[in-house]
Amino acid sequence: MMGGIDIIVLIATLMAASTPVLLAATGELVAEKSGVLNLGVEGMMIMGAVGGFAVATATGSPVLGFAAGAVAGALLALLFAVLTQIFLSNQVATGLALTLFGLGLSALIGKGYEGVRPPPTAKLEFGPLADIPVLGPILFSHDWVVYASLVLVALTWAVLKYTRAGLILRAVGESHDAAHALGYRVVAVRFAALAYGGALAGMGGAYLSLVRVPQWTEGMTAGAGWIALAIVVFASWRAERVLIGAYLFGGITALQLQLQAAGYAIPVHLLSMAPYVITIIVLVILSAAHRHGVAAAPAALGRSFHASN
Amino acid sequence: MITLIKRPTPSKGWSYATPVVAVLATMVAGGLLFAALGKNPVEAIRVIFWDPLFGANAAYFRSQLLVKAAPLILIASGLAVGFRAGIWNIGAEGQYIIGAICGAAVALSVYPAESAWLFPAMVIAGALGGLLWGMIPALLKTLFGTSEILVSLMLVYVAQNLLAYVAFGPLKNPQGYGFPGSRNLQQYPSAHNPELIAGTGAHWGVMAAIVAVIALYILMHRHIAGFRIRVAGEAPRAARFAGVVPARLVVFCLGLSGALAGLAGLFEVSGPSGQITDSFNAGYGFTAIIVAFLGRLHPLGILLAGLLMALTYIGGDMAQLILQLPAAAIQVFQGMLLFFLLGFDVLTNYRIRIGGARA
Amino acid sequence: MNRRSFLATTAIAALASAAGLPALAADPLKVGFIYVGPVGDMGWSYQHDLGRRAIEAEYGDKVVTTFMESVPEGPDAERALTQLALEGNTLIFATSFGYMDAVMNVAAKFPNVKFEHATGYKSADNVATYDAKFFQGRAIQGTIGGRMTKTNKIGYIGSFPIPEVIQGINAAYIHAKKVNPDVEMKVVWAYTWFDPAKEADAAAALIAEGVDVLLQHTDSTAPQAKAQEAGNVITFGQASDMSAFAPMPRVSSTIDNWAPYYIKRVGAMLDGSWKSEATWGGIDTGMVEIGEISSAVPEEVKAEALALKDKIAAGEYHPFTGPLNKQDGSAWLAEGVMAEDGELAGMNFFVEGITAELPK
Repeated sequence: MMGGIDIIVLIATLMAASTPVLLAATGELVAEKSGVLNLGVEGMMIMGAVGGFAVATATGSPVLGFAAGAVAGALLALLFAVLTQIFLSNQVATGLALTLFGLGLSALIGKGYEGVRPPPTAKLEFGPLADIPVLGPILFSHDWVVYASLVLVALTWAVLKYTRAGLILRAVGESHDAAHALGYRVVAVRFAALAYGGALAGMGGAYLSLVRVPQWTEGMTAGAGWIALAIVVFASWRAERVLIGAYLFGGITALQLQLQAAGYAIPVHLLSMAPYVITIIVLVILSAAHRHGVAAAPAALGRSFHASN
Repeated sequence: MITLIKRPTPSKGWSYATPVVAVLATMVAGGLLFAALGKNPVEAIRVIFWDPLFGANAAYFRSQLLVKAAPLILIASGLAVGFRAGIWNIGAEGQYIIGAICGAAVALSVYPAESAWLFPAMVIAGALGGLLWGMIPALLKTLFGTSEILVSLMLVYVAQNLLAYVAFGPLKNPQGYGFPGSRNLQQYPSAHNPELIAGTGAHWGVMAAIVAVIALYILMHRHIAGFRIRVAGEAPRAARFAGVVPARLVVFCLGLSGALAGLAGLFEVSGPSGQITDSFNAGYGFTAIIVAFLGRLHPLGILLAGLLMALTYIGGDMAQLILQLPAAAIQVFQGMLLFFLLGFDVLTNYRIRIGGARA
Repeated sequence: MNRRSFLATTAIAALASAAGLPALAADPLKVGFIYVGPVGDMGWSYQHDLGRRAIEAEYGDKVVTTFMESVPEGPDAERALTQLALEGNTLIFATSFGYMDAVMNVAAKFPNVKFEHATGYKSADNVATYDAKFFQGRAIQGTIGGRMTKTNKIGYIGSFPIPEVIQGINAAYIHAKKVNPDVEMKVVWAYTWFDPAKEADAAAALIAEGVDVLLQHTDSTAPQAKAQEAGNVITFGQASDMSAFAPMPRVSSTIDNWAPYYIKRVGAMLDGSWKSEATWGGIDTGMVEIGEISSAVPEEVKAEALALKDKIAAGEYHPFTGPLNKQDGSAWLAEGVMAEDGELAGMNFFVEGITAELPK
């Protein structure tokens, strides 16, 4: 306890609370690393939320639900890929349209699922481990998706950093023309990166509808996709920092609510601004530091690629 | 194998034809959607596109078209300048909010003043507020090379929280029984931005939007500055030789788009909306980005795109009302329209070749 | 009048008079609704839509109802209301506080159309207001919570610091304290009506503070799920019954039941007796419905809660009856004095004993 705040509970809470945005941000990171800015995260998340919910209730299996959420998110991402990579439409505008489309389509699909309860996602049993003081509640008190999301972050980090696939992805994101000249298939790489991003966003959405709430309601992502976008920036496109970013954003919300619960009168809105202001400061520090070196953002981010350019 | 071949110059014909093709494609795809929902597709399309313009009570809906389109056009005009120059302000939503807050704060701080100078002062405050909010990403970009896309987007969230803060705190109506939200400026004559000609919907914001479109045309197509801006966007290195100072360009573009977004916010809060509330911003800043691209960053295009977007909102409401289509179906329909418009644009700049040749 | 509207013509007035013509006897009464959320929100808007469907069930082909969902507050609401009026709806229900000024503007243009505005405080000859005394339900929840808490800590997830929510917190606290003098009230403001993730976090924060009775004034079921996870925390359904979480953690609920009021008002339109009035209905009118008290509640507590409900319904008891002091210790209601509706409608203070601070 510190000033009436239970730090252990705070950490355990924010780990579960941050899972949807952590997943979505990790996916978006990979997409942005390939040089594509997809602002449709919110739309992909909510498609995952409804797709995962529908399949989980139909089959009784949360695991299948998460798989379906991933597929739903990826499908929407592929629509974005077709438009931006083949039809060369503007990424910012297409991403915004994707969010609109996803919110609408999910609501149409979700009619009839309101008020239904999904099959429960059980917490993993760690036996005596869960009783270890401090570490027990923090590390051994979650459902499998929380651990899976952490594994996915680690995998994403390792693949980006150490594998040839990661190298190609980064090359495409830094300079698609150079990558193309080297014989890499820029459009194919970006399709894959976008699909992966959509799948993770979809899983994040499914975590909301299957675990966090758990119910389906229209618009239930309530802006989580936009937070995921902010986290990627905060993380300066590094997978390991996405984890910090997700916990910071999730943590500030959890902290301000816990401070209130402990009886402190705090300026909620000013505190809620803090993570965004911090993100801007981080951006400034990074760009100042990289002024003459490697920039933090993928150089080709947001630019269209056409082979004959 | 289908390949895209870049045209040496954009096709004039296709640049006019693609929007029409896209709208027709949307009608077909949307019709299928509405049919799948058990509605008569032809009637649905008529209700969305025809009735607000020519149906019963069209006079009212045409006026609302202006009310809805004006902020979109005003903001998009500013954004287009930056987008032409390769400067991506996607935080217009934040600049819109700050403009509204600043303008309303001026009015509310002297409540209940009766002065002909109040409204002009609010206009200046609104423009300045948006301009200053746009200056933050501009200065960070010129000083540190920070991406304006991301900073301007982050500042939207900061602005949203500021909006909630003032709606619950400093600007809260003291006679509002504890409810959040400011006094209604519509009931504050000196601060009100009314319909200038009753029944037309035209308030000062509509006038400003028209002026902005004309000014954009003169700037971009009749003035040397516009030429430089376009060169900067298409060939940044060449632009330097032509005497373009990148830092000045960044400040100019973000300042201009910020100021116009701030103005849009001010006209909205003092007119159709009337009130600062925590949900005052209705996404105009983001929708305007789409409008700018739909309009191909061209003044006339933006004007038409803004009106088209407004039409889908108003027609969409009509379809809800008359056919009881769910609001979600309208959203899907709008999404499809945007996809088609954005996707088909490729035909303006590229030829499609069917065959195996690799470019 | 506005100095800048000197060019005002009567274009809208002309439209308005055409639309507001009294319908022929054979024509069905057209009733319109605007909702702030989607009908499928399972909370506020959904409950209003149940009321709309109840009208159709009651009056059959004598009425035609239409609704517009997800209408944002502000200019879009004004347009939506105008559209409803132009379409010939002669009774229009605007079901969110934020529609207030839009309703007043449109009502001025359509004097022959009747408007009903939920939870607002402005009225006119053709604008009636209606609201429910949700605090009555909170009194019952407070009683059950006060009896059942083992930690003596009750948590309240507030949406916004507005009178309706403040009434709820005070009523719950007063009645919990009555049956359990050691009870303590913890309040968290979520600043949203609906954000599942945030509501879940708010619930977690309160549970971490030792709360084992959780009241929510937000509409998602996320706090219910959190309580279920914790195991030993009881909750109450809000807006809708939330019976999916019964019998534990959801032990009862306050249901917004607009159907009786809507049926009554449409009936008044049909027989021509509609008048502008301000309705603030409680348990007695059926507007505030107490959801079934589940088997997790001990029999004697259930009996006590139901007795309280009956007394409130019969008008024998008012949840805000003196002696009551304000939080700062100053006197509010003297012994036996009941709070007046007008005073409650603008309630902006906590009662004595609540330690949480009200955001300024």
